[in-house]
Amino acid sequence: MNNNPQLNKSGKLQHLLTTEGLPAPILLNILDTAESFVGVTERDVKKVPILRGKSVFNLFFEPSTRTRTTFEIAAKRLSADVVNLNIAASSQSKGETLLDTVNNLSAMHADMFVVRHSQSGAAHLIARHVQPEIHVINAGDGRHAHPTQGLLDVFTIRHYKKDFRNLRVAIVGDILHSRVARSQIHALTTLGVPEVRVIAPKTLLPSKVERLGVRVFHDMAAGLKDVDVLLMLRLQNERMISARLPSKEEYFKYYGLTPEKLALAKPDAIVLHPGPMNRGVEIDSAVADGKQSVILPQVTFGIAVRMAVMSILAGH
Amino acid sequence: MMLLPDAEQLLANLTERMRSGVATDTAIVGIHTGGAWLAERLHHDLKLPLPLGTLDISFYRDDFDKIGLHAQVRPSDISFEVEGSHIILVDDVLYTGRTIRAALNELFDYGRPSSIRLAALIDRGGRELPIAPQYVGATLALPSDKMLALEKSSTGKLSLRLYDKNPMGHEQ
Repeated sequence: MNNNPQLNKSGKLQHLLTTEGLPAPILLNILDTAESFVGVTERDVKKVPILRGKSVFNLFFEPSTRTRTTFEIAAKRLSADVVNLNIAASSQSKGETLLDTVNNLSAMHADMFVVRHSQSGAAHLIARHVQPEIHVINAGDGRHAHPTQGLLDVFTIRHYKKDFRNLRVAIVGDILHSRVARSQIHALTTLGVPEVRVIAPKTLLPSKVERLGVRVFHDMAAGLKDVDVLLMLRLQNERMISARLPSKEEYFKYYGLTPEKLALAKPDAIVLHPGPMNRGVEIDSAVADGKQSVILPQVTFGIAVRMAVMSILAGH
Repeated sequence: MMLLPDAEQLLANLTERMRSGVATDTAIVGIHTGGAWLAERLHHDLKLPLPLGTLDISFYRDDFDKIGLHAQVRPSDISFEVEGSHIILVDDVLYTGRTIRAALNELFDYGRPSSIRLAALIDRGGRELPIAPQYVGATLALPSDKMLALEKSSTGKLSLRLYDKNPMGHEQ
């Protein structure tokens, strides 16, 4: 038996809430299934009938264009019906609670909820509340987790590097506020990446971050040495106001990824970014648009990975 | 214990039966996994110039709601132009016809072929859909509680294996 709320009684994936605690075979099954969907997205007809007749509700309590769009495309390519709800602008402002909203949508025969919320744990709360035939995908909750982003990052890494077992991966930037970084770290360590580094100023690192199994660096020159993969994080503008950082210019000087800093990593290192990018803050345009950048393939792979997650969940 | 025919001999029969029906514009598409092994051999032995295609029909199955996604989905690979093509679809064991229905639907998502024919190593009857093969290695009557599968050894030799149907397993 397990206490993982993501798994059903037979140990299969019921909800996708976090990459933390998911066994490697489940992660690999998602990545392998996504490989097949990459082929589908390259055909004339980019659709398969597998979720025909199912309803997917995108519940976005926090604004997001890119993530919502990729979930919408993924669901449509699986032939599901998709309803997008931007709840920040609807019932919640009229005082309806989160679970009331979910009850109402369940009564409309939803099969799957894709949830983005500013509160950590919102997707867990919904997953515990819904009937067993409904599946929940966490599309980002507070600072906690963004599992499909973590999965699409490891998918992209495997696509270019083939094997996880000899890699040095560096995550650079605002680890403290990043649900993406947490999802990446759990996925990478479970899949057997021997060395995961985090590179950030002390003010942007959670206390005791080493407990996640990462090596901590505060300096790009030391941290990027011999690195195969760089996972850049978005620096949110509002962090600047909170006095954790002196200025954007100062941040760029020490942590912004320029061609000079990238040259410290291995010559065939790849650069990922979850988007949207702040050019000239965490990443220089010459790197973002350069040969080592795989930022746009990440977006394409993201659709295939979300198709894989949805089709695996819907079948359980 | 039932004596099963030799898969290599059946494949040789099938190859000879297909020889007069293929031309340089014939495309061969095998259904994963057994059909893909056969298609690879047919493609080589019939010296067909168009690239070999493979299909994994997992996303087109009609029993997804009952059994979910197959544990191991492989990418489909069709690198010739399907629009206007003449295709021979290859499967190992033809039974209910549901796999072929799914494969036809998937092929049409790549384009509109001019024709599709069907080749199977074994036709075991039991059709539930109006699907008929043009080329078969052999027909074989089997009890409905038995599954017949093609296997490939490490040296590439093909053989047939009969086993009891797993109530949770996949239909053929």
